[in-house]
Amino acid sequence: MSRFAPDSRPRLARGARLRWDEARQRHVVLFPEGALSLNATAAAVLGLCDGERTVAAIIAELEAQYPGAPVAEDVHDLLDRIAERGLLVDADA
Amino acid sequence: MSTPTLRPFSLVAELTYRCPLRCPYCSNPLDCGAGAYRDELSTEDWARVFREARLLGVLQLGLSGGEPLLRRDLESLVAVAAEVGLYTTLVTAATGLGRDRAERLKQAGLDHIQISIQDSRAEESDRIAGARSFHRKLEAARIAKELGFPLTLNFVLHRHNLDRIDEILALAEELGADRVELANTQYYGWAWHNRAALMPTPEQLARAERVVAETRARVGHRMTILYVIPDYYEEYPKACSGGWGRRLIVVSPNGEAMPCHAATCIPDLSFPNVRDRSLEWIWFESEAFNRFRGTAWMPEPCRSCERREIDFGGCRCQAMLLTGNPAATDPVCHLSPDHHRVIEAREQARRPDFVPLTPRSMRAAPATP
Repeated sequence: MSRFAPDSRPRLARGARLRWDEARQRHVVLFPEGALSLNATAAAVLGLCDGERTVAAIIAELEAQYPGAPVAEDVHDLLDRIAERGLLVDADA
Repeated sequence: MSTPTLRPFSLVAELTYRCPLRCPYCSNPLDCGAGAYRDELSTEDWARVFREARLLGVLQLGLSGGEPLLRRDLESLVAVAAEVGLYTTLVTAATGLGRDRAERLKQAGLDHIQISIQDSRAEESDRIAGARSFHRKLEAARIAKELGFPLTLNFVLHRHNLDRIDEILALAEELGADRVELANTQYYGWAWHNRAALMPTPEQLARAERVVAETRARVGHRMTILYVIPDYYEEYPKACSGGWGRRLIVVSPNGEAMPCHAATCIPDLSFPNVRDRSLEWIWFESEAFNRFRGTAWMPEPCRSCERREIDFGGCRCQAMLLTGNPAATDPVCHLSPDHHRVIEAREQARRPDFVPLTPRSMRAAPATP
């Protein structure tokens, strides 16, 4: 069971920033004294976690971009993993 | 065979060694008052260094000192760092962090504030700091929280405050810290000079560890607690700053680039200056950053040790201070031929002799004990 319901609106936690790391050619989430490297999929998902879009909207947007991929399951997995590290929260919580 | 050189992750910009506090374990060099350090880099120099750092791969910037708030151009420096995409932490004693200044720093794009507090009690904290500062620090912490900054509180631990670790943690909770660093003193710089007066006993450390474990279990994710024991009580050494020339660049107020804060204690190493050289050249080409990089420089027992790429032989400065040879195995390691020097220091900590503390000073460097 994911911690994010379809109508929740995830955003990065206070103090966390999504950045492009040009030197290493990948996205990272930066936070106090640390960094989390992201693969392209994770970066695409987190880029949509703006506290406005719902989880359902994020999934719909990615399904349109990647038809046939198991988007819903991947998105929930990823959001849960990043939230577990304290880097992602529900904007309404 | 050699592995390619990693790109650096952190830059610590020591903007000035001037500081209103006089903590006896200060990580600045013993000669922090020397004339050379007063020739501080200009706003433009630092801006160029931040741009070069970001291109080189640096992600985290620590704006440190001394007391970085004493730089009047701090807001401009934060703005440049934010513009180039560095994650910025202000590492401060916070006596000069009023609401106006904090708001201006927020406006400039500062990401995170770390405030040092010396003890849980005003009188003790002010005594160690050598200045009335405790209440202003608490006020600054509250302002940081109100403005929405993530807040780290840093407490340096030693034999005179370790027994109040429960009070220290309660204070951090009360102030709403997101992170608290409980950093036992490590013995270089001023702390090396004051080692006999600062070193805790094993009983103190054992109790502190229990309190930390209990508090962690109770507070969960609400407050991250980092607890670091003194290297002198470890069985194996730690990788110096993640390994020499692997993750960190420290730049002193006058522009000397070093692989760690304490590296000036190594006498025959000369440090390249960012006024003369690019950060990229310094990182990849300079002798200072290559001297202890990797494993080729290692003596035995490090060279054939299976941990050689875990701890990279430990701390070069600790090796220098304890043996006079910066290329020796860190004597903290129980396999080091010089390990008895660490054992002697531990035993000395068991004796209840009163040893006076020498406060940090910018006048004359103290004589080596």
